[in-house]
Amino acid sequence: MIAPVLIPIALGALLLMLRQYFRWQAAVASIGLLLMLVANAALLARVLSDGPLVMTMGRWLPPFGISFVADPLGAGFALVATFVALVCAAFSVRDIDTIGRRYGFYPFLMLMMAGVNGAFLTGDIFNLYVWFEVFLIASFGLLILGSQRAQIDGAAKYAILNLLATALFLAATAYLYGAVGTLNMADITRKASGLHGSAPLTTIAALYLLAFGMKAAAFPLNFWLPASYHTPRIVTAALFGGLLTKIGIYALLRVLIMIFPVERSTLSGVIEWVAIATMIFGAMGALAQTDIRRMFGFVVISGVGVMLSGVALGSALGVSGTILYAVHSMLAMAALYLLAGAMKEVGGSFLLTDLGGIYRNSPLLTCLAFLIFLAAAGLPPGSGLWPKVMLAKASIEAGEGWLAGAILVSGFLATIALGRVFLLAFWRDAETGLGTTVNAGQRLEIYTPLIALAVPIVILGIFPEQFIRIADRAAGGLIDSAVYVQSVFPTGGN
Amino acid sequence: MEAVFSLLVGLFFVVGIYLILSKHMIRIVLGIAVFGNAVNLLIFTSGRLMRETAPIIPAGLDQVPGPAANPLPQALILTAIVISFSFFAFVLVLAYRAYQEIGADDTTGMRISEPRDDALPPMGY
Repeated sequence: MIAPVLIPIALGALLLMLRQYFRWQAAVASIGLLLMLVANAALLARVLSDGPLVMTMGRWLPPFGISFVADPLGAGFALVATFVALVCAAFSVRDIDTIGRRYGFYPFLMLMMAGVNGAFLTGDIFNLYVWFEVFLIASFGLLILGSQRAQIDGAAKYAILNLLATALFLAATAYLYGAVGTLNMADITRKASGLHGSAPLTTIAALYLLAFGMKAAAFPLNFWLPASYHTPRIVTAALFGGLLTKIGIYALLRVLIMIFPVERSTLSGVIEWVAIATMIFGAMGALAQTDIRRMFGFVVISGVGVMLSGVALGSALGVSGTILYAVHSMLAMAALYLLAGAMKEVGGSFLLTDLGGIYRNSPLLTCLAFLIFLAAAGLPPGSGLWPKVMLAKASIEAGEGWLAGAILVSGFLATIALGRVFLLAFWRDAETGLGTTVNAGQRLEIYTPLIALAVPIVILGIFPEQFIRIADRAAGGLIDSAVYVQSVFPTGGN
Repeated sequence: MEAVFSLLVGLFFVVGIYLILSKHMIRIVLGIAVFGNAVNLLIFTSGRLMRETAPIIPAGLDQVPGPAANPLPQALILTAIVISFSFFAFVLVLAYRAYQEIGADDTTGMRISEPRDDALPPMGY
């Protein structure tokens, strides 16, 4: 059960020792990610058939030892995240040159995946903080890979604001420990329900909202994202856009929906307006960008707003929609950034002013781009449609018309922004002659990862029933935490 | 005892936030370090302070008799200190590299990744 964490740590260390052997790095990392994918798939299958799995380190029984708990939510997110990382590793064979390998792209990638999987699978809130720091330090390494001026500028903002967010997370955990006297999430869930009124739990929940909102790039705290996500290598941007903000959303779901349901409903008005502002301002930011990488950064932010709306609602349908949207967002946002990399290879630029004529140059890339844009804007047959339908329906059921309206308007604005990319970069005739000639073998290397992401995106859009069922189970496990607590304390414990 | 410490924690937070609000990178970095130490002290205080009895289980018993100091916050703080120290080292080098590359140590000069005179996207063909 800890294989998804153990494999990347071991291979990350191994790759660090093999730094001089550039040719081995990509192969070892890909094999490691493939093993992690298999381990995560097996874990999810077992969790779905047998219920949450628990493992306690060193036989120190909970709540004293550090528990790892795999429930459908954590195992599902870990599986999708590992899949995205594997696809990115395939793209990196072309995108990361010898310099990038010498700087240690692959060890950082493996250590970041250790942090990501650890965060999804841990059952201890202090341990969650540690995994946050693990993937944060690895992401710093990835972000400054190459050390260009813009990268260092972006990394400085990213590093400082994210450090502040984790410090706030730790402060909230300190208060929680002072109030509840335990760090095991199942134990906290159990004890917090008896403390309403006698402990300042609403303050603690608000602090968590602030810290994780900052991590997830929610509206007033999102300025680090557009400042930094367009600066690194495109594979790094794809990994960050696909995975990192979603960990913030995961942590919000875990803390606000499972541990503090009562306090969440007190804060739901705040979360709702944060969600609306994030959606609308993200989409409007996307409209104003010339650099497609920066535009996609704003599309990521807009998606964060959509996911927050489920946290604001807190109903089973809303939470389920958020979970499904997070899965869609991991796939679609990584695909968007990889698409930007492919457009740079084929079209020669990242700027809308220079791009043009890709349709003539490469019809296959145009088809892939069309599918990915539809998914990112939330239109059929892409994967973004169903979670948005669920969230809009949940908002209307709860009587929150503004929220439903914002979900639809932000989707509309994203459609305009992405439609314009399609119009200018793909349909417009190339005037500037920037188009580079990429031969057939290189095209295969560029397109295979995009196809690998487009296939699940379309499957999720056309056959959503099975995925909605899993998301419903994951949401049910969060809202009714009895099964989770039961799995950690089978005998009832003290 | 807790009251004194909570005032101290508050003081640390105030100093940290004041420094973070500065325009200069080096002050922001120092502010983050002070902020991190405020959080460490907060964990320490949250675990309740007690120094009379060490949490050592005497031979023959299987738990500490009576109240004793809480050993857990120390383990938590040790972890947090190690992490925040390594981050501090990283951010310090990053700030120095930013100063070398960009030639500015204040945040108004750091506009390389988001230039002020960014053009709007084309409005038509």
